Amino acid sequence: MIETDVFVAGAGVVSAIGNNLPECLDALENSRAGIGPMHWLSSRHRDALPVGEVHLSNAALADMTGLAPGAPRTALLSALAAREALESAGMGEMGSWRTGLISANSVGGMDKTEDFYAHFLSNPATGGRLRDVVHHECGRVTELVADLLGVRHYVSTISTACSSSANAIFFGARMIRHNLLDVVIAGGTDGLARFTLNGFNSLMILDPALCKPFDEHRKGLNLGEGAGYVVLVSARVAAALKGEPLARLSGYCNANDAYHQTASSPDGTGSYLAMKGALARAGLRPGDISYINLHGTGTQNNDIAEGTAIQLLFDPHFPPMSSTKSFTGHALGGSGGIEAVFSVLAIKEGLIYPNLRLETPIEALPFSVETLFRKNEDIRHVLSNSFGFGGNCTSLVFSKL
Amino acid sequence: MVYIRSTGNISPQHSFGGLSLPDKLLLYPGDRMRCVEPDYTSFFDAKSLRRMSRIIRMGVAAAMECLHKAGDPAPDAIITGTAYGCLEDTTVFLKRMVENQEELLTPTAFIQSTHNTVGAQIALLLKCHEYNNTFVHRGFSFESALLDGIMLLHEGAADAGAADASATDADALHEGAADVVARKGVRQVLVGAVDEITETSHAILRRFGLYRSGITGGEGAAFFLLSLEASNGDLGRLEGLTTFYKPHNLIETAEHIQAFLTAHSLTVHDIDLVITGRNGNPVEDDIYDQLEFGIFSGIDAEPYKHLCGEYPTATAFALWYACSWLKKGSDAVVGAAVGGIGDPTRRVLIYNHYQNVHHSLFLIASC
Repeated sequence: MIETDVFVAGAGVVSAIGNNLPECLDALENSRAGIGPMHWLSSRHRDALPVGEVHLSNAALADMTGLAPGAPRTALLSALAAREALESAGMGEMGSWRTGLISANSVGGMDKTEDFYAHFLSNPATGGRLRDVVHHECGRVTELVADLLGVRHYVSTISTACSSSANAIFFGARMIRHNLLDVVIAGGTDGLARFTLNGFNSLMILDPALCKPFDEHRKGLNLGEGAGYVVLVSARVAAALKGEPLARLSGYCNANDAYHQTASSPDGTGSYLAMKGALARAGLRPGDISYINLHGTGTQNNDIAEGTAIQLLFDPHFPPMSSTKSFTGHALGGSGGIEAVFSVLAIKEGLIYPNLRLETPIEALPFSVETLFRKNEDIRHVLSNSFGFGGNCTSLVFSKL
Repeated sequence: MVYIRSTGNISPQHSFGGLSLPDKLLLYPGDRMRCVEPDYTSFFDAKSLRRMSRIIRMGVAAAMECLHKAGDPAPDAIITGTAYGCLEDTTVFLKRMVENQEELLTPTAFIQSTHNTVGAQIALLLKCHEYNNTFVHRGFSFESALLDGIMLLHEGAADAGAADASATDADALHEGAADVVARKGVRQVLVGAVDEITETSHAILRRFGLYRSGITGGEGAAFFLLSLEASNGDLGRLEGLTTFYKPHNLIETAEHIQAFLTAHSLTVHDIDLVITGRNGNPVEDDIYDQLEFGIFSGIDAEPYKHLCGEYPTATAFALWYACSWLKKGSDAVVGAAVGGIGDPTRRVLIYNHYQNVHHSLFLIASC
């Protein structure tokens, strides 16, 4: 293992509030949520469940990225954000750096599989087009993008539900620290699919109105979609690049709640251990954190568990915090990547994002979330939380250079 | 380099509970091999067993057996590889969604369809709050999981050193450093892979023509407990692991293999046995043919997919198989000439490629 810092040299994002980083920032600054009626996704719940859809058709995404229009939406979104990340890092030419793509997703090519499957069920011998299931596996999505970007040295895919892309970013950083790679495009992606929409609906945790994370009267989450990637580089690469890195990835930790397959423990044990471990890895005290980008889905269970864990760790000095899922919806395997990009941007630009639609702070908690956009702040360290099914809890810490 | 302390392996052969295969191998004349599942009642109560789908049972039981063989230690990390995830649960939920037209759905199958369900269920059963990760990258799923485990072990050793070094520092009293001390013990990691064939996946893969090419579909669940420190009864020493993606041609493949051996200061003559991923598809097997004629010439070569079938995480079975060769010596293992007088197998190279896209190399030596 080598003792190198891991720097963030670039960032790219696509979400319901914008097709790139400047568009997303503009929406964050103007409190413009991207959640609303379904436009591209075809579902029986079209009029009942609002979603955070990316405002581009598959055909438009294909046009912009160079992928085939028949590719899974998860791959199309990934390609757009990963390319923006590479370009912003000034890495148009990867040259001789050992470069990897470590991408997360939870649905893979499910949007195509579910179309195939309806036909297959009625006629297993010939029903459905095979080209609609060829990209079913999560790893296929990563490979479509790796091949598009010309990444060959290392490709891998992580899928741990809603913490997937935070785990991908942290695995990528560790590969750099082990001197196995010089550059890692790390993050994740998920496109909306009927499968996940119905899955979350069957769990009865979707809010039929716009979600209200960390509100006493929150009713659930809104599903979203999108992708977010950071370009992680070693100190050696950072020194060779023209621009200054955006931030440093200083801490990370994964811990397991080991309580229930989908529900969080009341004390948020896993969340607490993940945050605490990430601070320890960064060599920071809780009071050093300038802003927390919450997991903050808007479900009863997540927000009280996460809040309780924050209380345990930070009491009595609570940093400003907010859930940007109130803008984007919950992009599942893509959310940790999107929020990592927002966290890096918060450091680079000195920003704190608002948590939209807060009316009544959670009564059981001694703190509340930020409701106003703030700029010109001195943001030194940002904690980004991503917690998923299977008790999978991951926290990342990004720090100012 | 890490030590393999123990293993648990559910495969289409009688592999569970030990490291040797019975003399009588199970043969599968069709295009599909099915796992021989153990009696699960010693692992799960009846209620949990009913709730679990087949891949979850197989994965969790293989993990529990692996830990049991090592004396039931608490693992410091649980890392799983699976290319397809929980296919049966996925199909069940998809089917109901289509048939019920998105109405009146129950969440159980959806919940269990998540790719990290097996790793999560292991953690839940063990009440294990440690690192838990799941890799889902096709023919690299197991390899990624293994790499993650090896890195964690080395980081654990480094953290332990750093924690010891800072123990006298007044700063060590602050919460962060105390946490490092508390979590320094990444000493043993549980790494495994699971993949299943279902009626649906089999029907779809058949339509792709996969089985017409000579391949027999397979499945399996295998876990390994790894440690940096040697223990009595270690099954083998994993000396190296590497992967390469979509090599342009056979020359590049051979170069990767040569570079891997060179990086470990070895030549092919130091290898007693190469275990290859031959799967019956003449086009894919041609790569092994050419390598056995070239870089591997003069070394004994053994296939393994006649035992477990072809699937994206079959290399987990191959690692188990390599351990079985090391442990028993070449003449006691099924398929070798009984009564042979050759030297026992001391170092094995596994070379596998999955669809000529995902190539992997494992170097395993006896302890």
